[in-house]
Amino acid sequence: MEQEKKKTKTHSIGIYLWIWGLLFVFSTFSYLVDWYNLQGLLRWSLIVFFMLIKAGLIMAIFMHLYWERWAIVNVLLWPMTAIMVFVAIMVAESEYTFFTRALYFVMGG
Amino acid sequence: MSEIDISKLPKGGKGFAHDFGADQTIFKGVPWGKAMMWIFLLSDTFIFSCFLISLMTARASTTAEWPFPSEVFGLTMFGVQVPLLLIAIMTFVLITSSGTMALAVKYGYERNRKMCGWLILATAIGGLTFVGMQAFEWSKLIFHDGVRPWSNPFGAAQFGSFFFMITGFHGTHVSIGVIFLFIFARKTFRGDFDTGRRGYFTSMKSDYKAIEILGLYWHFVDLVWVFIFAFFYLW
Repeated sequence: MEQEKKKTKTHSIGIYLWIWGLLFVFSTFSYLVDWYNLQGLLRWSLIVFFMLIKAGLIMAIFMHLYWERWAIVNVLLWPMTAIMVFVAIMVAESEYTFFTRALYFVMGG
Repeated sequence: MSEIDISKLPKGGKGFAHDFGADQTIFKGVPWGKAMMWIFLLSDTFIFSCFLISLMTARASTTAEWPFPSEVFGLTMFGVQVPLLLIAIMTFVLITSSGTMALAVKYGYERNRKMCGWLILATAIGGLTFVGMQAFEWSKLIFHDGVRPWSNPFGAAQFGSFFFMITGFHGTHVSIGVIFLFIFARKTFRGDFDTGRRGYFTSMKSDYKAIEILGLYWHFVDLVWVFIFAFFYLW
């Protein structure tokens, strides 16, 4: 019983090594995107794709979120939607700023 | 602390409703230190998001040409121009230190004091290597290329201020993490988490949960680098 209380149940070392290896592989992939100088929509979608996979693996396994109860997972992840809304707002805003700049630089104020 | 047997509680969505409706502690089975670290990391996420969103706004709204990071951060090795070489190595170093940290947490919970200590030390050295390479990168850009927060030879003037602010803020996080990792390596080797010796700063007893909480911070630093690597260096 004493031993039972002292040791907390842990996960096997294999899963950590696997995730570690996968993070290396996906980092290499995202580096290769730059190496082969891919451009345009393909470049951006690949960068975001590899980024999200890496972020997901780190949060789920290394930070143990996969094994946490939904109460804390939801409290942590839902606020991220506010960031996405903020991104959308600033995309619209920066396009407008670019438009006005382009307009006034051409017209000379 | 967590006297509740969480294995008997409902899981998933039902568990979510149960925990929030329980009129008690919401985060069941989560030590308060860990919950607070998560909340801190959430606030830190918002700070880094604001930095990266302002980078996006500046880059999308400037009429000047944005410097191409692939060339700015490229290094010439043996007469060959390699794009983003240092940044790629920094990425791998940080991921490696994240891996050793995850293993340190595991061995900590298994009460393997020595293994845990060595892995924390390895994590600290990885972090130190990262900061060292960042210092090299900064000095190259400042002294060799003449990048300033208000101007640079590559293109849009805003580039410098975003580079120094975003990587500087991240580097500060890494440096603070390294300091804490060295302190925790010493505490682990001394057996503080086995004996429950009170901390010098907090005067509180601690156990191996503290290493998981430190680990959360360190993984977060790695997590932020994933986003900086994607949005600042690769985009």
